[in-house]
Amino acid sequence: MPTEPADGVPSAAGHDHVADLRGVHYSVDGKPVLIGLDIGICRGAITAIMGPSGTGKTTLLRLITGQVLADAGEVIVDGRDVARLGRRDLYALRRRMGMLFQNGALMTDIDVFENVAFPLREHTRLPERLVRSIVLTKLHAVGLRGAARLMPQQLSGGMARRVALARAIVMDPEILIYDEPFAGLDPISMGVVMRLIRSLNDALGISSIVVTHDVREISQIADQSYILSGGRVVASGSPKELHDHPSPIVKQFMEGQADGPVPFHYPAPDYREQLIGEERRA
Amino acid sequence: MRAVVGEVVESLSASLERVGALARFLGRLLWLSPGGFLRVRLLVEQVYNAGARSLVIIMTCGLFVGMVMGLQGYDLLQRIGSEDSLGVGAALALLRELGPVVTALLFAGRAGTALASEIGLMRATDQLAAMDIMAVDPMKRIVLPRFLGGVLAMPLLTAVFITISIFGVQLIGVQFFGVDQGQFWSQMRGAVELSDIREGLVKGLVFGIACSLIAVFEGYNSLPTAEGVGQATTRTVVISAVTTLILDYILTALMI
Repeated sequence: MPTEPADGVPSAAGHDHVADLRGVHYSVDGKPVLIGLDIGICRGAITAIMGPSGTGKTTLLRLITGQVLADAGEVIVDGRDVARLGRRDLYALRRRMGMLFQNGALMTDIDVFENVAFPLREHTRLPERLVRSIVLTKLHAVGLRGAARLMPQQLSGGMARRVALARAIVMDPEILIYDEPFAGLDPISMGVVMRLIRSLNDALGISSIVVTHDVREISQIADQSYILSGGRVVASGSPKELHDHPSPIVKQFMEGQADGPVPFHYPAPDYREQLIGEERRA
Repeated sequence: MRAVVGEVVESLSASLERVGALARFLGRLLWLSPGGFLRVRLLVEQVYNAGARSLVIIMTCGLFVGMVMGLQGYDLLQRIGSEDSLGVGAALALLRELGPVVTALLFAGRAGTALASEIGLMRATDQLAAMDIMAVDPMKRIVLPRFLGGVLAMPLLTAVFITISIFGVQLIGVQFFGVDQGQFWSQMRGAVELSDIREGLVKGLVFGIACSLIAVFEGYNSLPTAEGVGQATTRTVVISAVTTLILDYILTALMI
């Protein structure tokens, strides 16, 4: 069993959790997005959050980072209830997190080097030589040391995401959050990002949370996975356990079937009736 | 009828809510302002963006406003044989009224829209959210320097506009219509008081606060879509123009 740090949160199963969501409810404009969600993110592991679009995966990330607050339930990150943190404490917690946005979210008016150096310049007073060394080390880790002086507009989608990853790890975070890291990437870039997630997680000893649709890719690197549907966890376990899961919705998602418990068609009146009815009215 | 009343009430309450949000936004900016002046590099960058980059449009428009005033003023004054008063009339009108108002309208159209769309695009491309996650307050790092930059740039732009406009009046009145150069400048120097200059600069400062605030507020609160950024930019121009004219009346009434 892993050693439990002072502020760690042990789960019922005895694993050390870096983040815990307990009975979380969240709704937007009265429409429920998450309904009594229970999730534990293991320390030092890669946790995949999967599920069909619109099931609240990104909302879950926003809850963990404190960008939004749950209507009910608890979001505990590193032993602290996010809802009870003031701005100063929340920012102190966020300094221990890194997040990779789907589109990279690089600042477009500064070059790659300055983008990666940004958190260092904002939070530390390190001498310029040290900032340079740290930034080049992180860029080297993602294979883009040679692109340090390029502007974000000159980067491909995969390169932009790798630069954003370098920026996310520049403060040596304990938790690294990835929002759809493989979306829109070609197979080579996808493989590069996939290997980076695994190697950074192992080399830096961080806890990674990956929200994704890409079942095949994430199955190769995730230590634990959750599948969400309708605002609830419908399955959890190792990638292999999920592949063998009997639930029809898990099967549909893992096998990428177009129709099933998650219907292909958005709810609509009867097709024949709608067509004939409209013709009659015309 | 009931539906119409309901809609009017709803629209009024939404407007009031927005005014309240704007006041809270201003309060937060003022609270953060002392820290904003300490980050000199960011501030200088934004004074350059809002001020220096607006200079061409301000100077061009200033010259033509002045030249039109020269034409109209001369035509009017020569009917009553007072064409020598062209300089003083134009200077007072520019200093107390036209200079700050026209500069504010131009500022809203050039710098205000640039601020709103820049911040709006940062929101749409998750740059503000990324900053927030990096524990960097976007209000301090992005909004505040742009607001202060606009506030500092506006009185300077107003001064430039007025100076160039007076040159434009002189160009038409003295060089083209032959108004006596000595009379033009000496009457102006005799009649224009320090309080007139102060009125122009105070108006410039207040309009600068209003236009910069509206621009950063609209950009920061825009919907994160292309349409949302477009709407924020349009609202910036419209609200800034209306607010400038309302504030102009209030300030004139207070200072006259």
